[in-house]
Amino acid sequence: MLDKVIFYFFAGIAVGSAALMVTRRNAVHSAIFLIATLLATAGIFLQLRAEFIFIVQIILYVGGIMVLFIFVIMLVNLDVALLQIKFARQKWVALVVTLALTAQVGLLFWTTGKMPGQGFPILTAAPVNRLPPNAEAVAKSLFSSYLLPFEIASVLLLVAMIGAVVMAKKRT
Amino acid sequence: MQAATQATLDFLKLYWAPLLCGVVIVAVLPLIVGYIVLVERKLMADMQARLGPMRVGPHGLLQPIADAVKLLIKEDIIPDDADKLVFWLAPVFSVGAALLAIAGLAFGPAFQIAQDLNIGILFVVGISALGIFGIVLGGWASNSHYSLMGALRSSAQLVSYETAAGMALVCGLLFAGTLNIKSIVAAQGTQGVWFGFLAPVAFFTYLVASIAETNRAPFDLPEAESELVAGYMTEFSGFRWSLYFLAEYTNMIVVASVATTLFLGGWLRPFANVRWLNFLDYLPPLLMMGIAGYCVLRMPKQPTRVQQMFMLAVAGLCLVVAMVLAAPVLLPFVKPSLKEAVAPFYAGIHGGFWFIFKVSAYLYFFMWLRFTIPRYRFDQLMRLGWHFLIPLSIINVLVVGVALIVGSYFNLQGWALLLATTPAAIVALVAALAILSIDQKKQARQAGTAATDFYAG
Repeated sequence: MLDKVIFYFFAGIAVGSAALMVTRRNAVHSAIFLIATLLATAGIFLQLRAEFIFIVQIILYVGGIMVLFIFVIMLVNLDVALLQIKFARQKWVALVVTLALTAQVGLLFWTTGKMPGQGFPILTAAPVNRLPPNAEAVAKSLFSSYLLPFEIASVLLLVAMIGAVVMAKKRT
Repeated sequence: MQAATQATLDFLKLYWAPLLCGVVIVAVLPLIVGYIVLVERKLMADMQARLGPMRVGPHGLLQPIADAVKLLIKEDIIPDDADKLVFWLAPVFSVGAALLAIAGLAFGPAFQIAQDLNIGILFVVGISALGIFGIVLGGWASNSHYSLMGALRSSAQLVSYETAAGMALVCGLLFAGTLNIKSIVAAQGTQGVWFGFLAPVAFFTYLVASIAETNRAPFDLPEAESELVAGYMTEFSGFRWSLYFLAEYTNMIVVASVATTLFLGGWLRPFANVRWLNFLDYLPPLLMMGIAGYCVLRMPKQPTRVQQMFMLAVAGLCLVVAMVLAAPVLLPFVKPSLKEAVAPFYAGIHGGFWFIFKVSAYLYFFMWLRFTIPRYRFDQLMRLGWHFLIPLSIINVLVVGVALIVGSYFNLQGWALLLATTPAAIVALVAALAILSIDQKKQARQAGTAATDFYAG
């Protein structure tokens, strides 16, 4: 019961502020509502006892990416952006894509519910008072079973970072 | 409706203790912050050969309360062109992040709000980093150039020094092998040596980065009065301004607590494993007794009756604290059978004392620096961060990793581990200084060519 209340609380905040984020005119207000959405999603992760994912979500998305977003929003000339909104045709394309996606997800839920003995796998939740050590679990799987993909990903990130530096240097 | 009340009751039954602790922290923290400010002002006055606040209460001891009342009844001004919602939200965001970060900290083995958090230190660092939104949004919402410039500077500074601080923390965590705060302190207990000794370079890096992260002098660029009025706080007044202030000082407590936990042995007594130093257990009660005695001695010197009574009250308070601290040490002598029963109380009370003591020492060091070192220029600050601290901390992580492998190969434990980590620290320092000198040489050459170009043109 408690879990349900907490889930609907966070899910409500996430969905509500996502809607507000799309509809706000002011880019900074949109960014604030996006932060609220991301924080509420982090709350849902925490409620699923995935505390490591919770803090990674907060550090990376809220503390890293959103700070960058807000920086860019502040530095870019917003009047130009507001003018461009008038000529945007993306709205209708976005609406169609969203409807298609919604239909797809709905169909998925409907069909899995219909199939006998199938449906979505439901994992047993960890007990409330004792959380599993998830930082250790993530580290173990990253550095033992998935070492090669992990290293490839980190090399890719390094290349991207150096590439960004090189491109920034060339311009000056 | 029934279900909702049932859920609320369940929630309260499970979490009444953390909730109570949280309420206590939120209620008491402004008072503590007020007294930290008073100590800072007194210290500043002492270093500048003045008296500092003396009017309200004996030696200005009631000054924080007077200040708080003044801030509360001040007119609340919102600029006409400000973005009202964001202007309202920004200080709240700052304070909220700072207070939430406290929830992950453990002030002694008994007092932690989020009990046994597995991601411990990551939670504290990650949440307290959110305070940057309060600064950026506050600066933007004020719709003033000074505020915006202050906010941009401040966030640039926070982002660049967070990297160095994070790398320094990684270094300390390599020794601990866990993120859980209680386990980190326990690891220092079993090793018998604080990680500050094992990783001196990381401790130094964290010290500098934490000063920069809390926007304190000599890195208080965002609030450089002579250049930017008051940085992102320019348009804020009264209670909103005091919220920013509260957030800043809370952040100081948070970084000091993180450094204490990871590098200064947390709530462990100095040399907790050395038997013949057990007499140190008598130090905390004796210290409190000493303060109480001093207050009683100074009592007749006070000018008015009220101030004399106040002095006596302070002495009484110190005496009570001394009794509480002495009880778990002295009770086993009176009744040896009580030793087992008293042990958790001893750990909780004395642990709390040592933790608060170390945090206060760290904060004292902050203040000391503030009144000693002049402010950096912004480009100097950025160069120090990017060209010295970040390379230093990255090299240090690599070298300490190697030292740990060497240490485990020779099976070094505790103080013997210093044999491996000290050369590592020296290597890291030399490498970072070499990078800095090469960089400076290059810049000098560039400056030289630029100058000649200028004269040629």
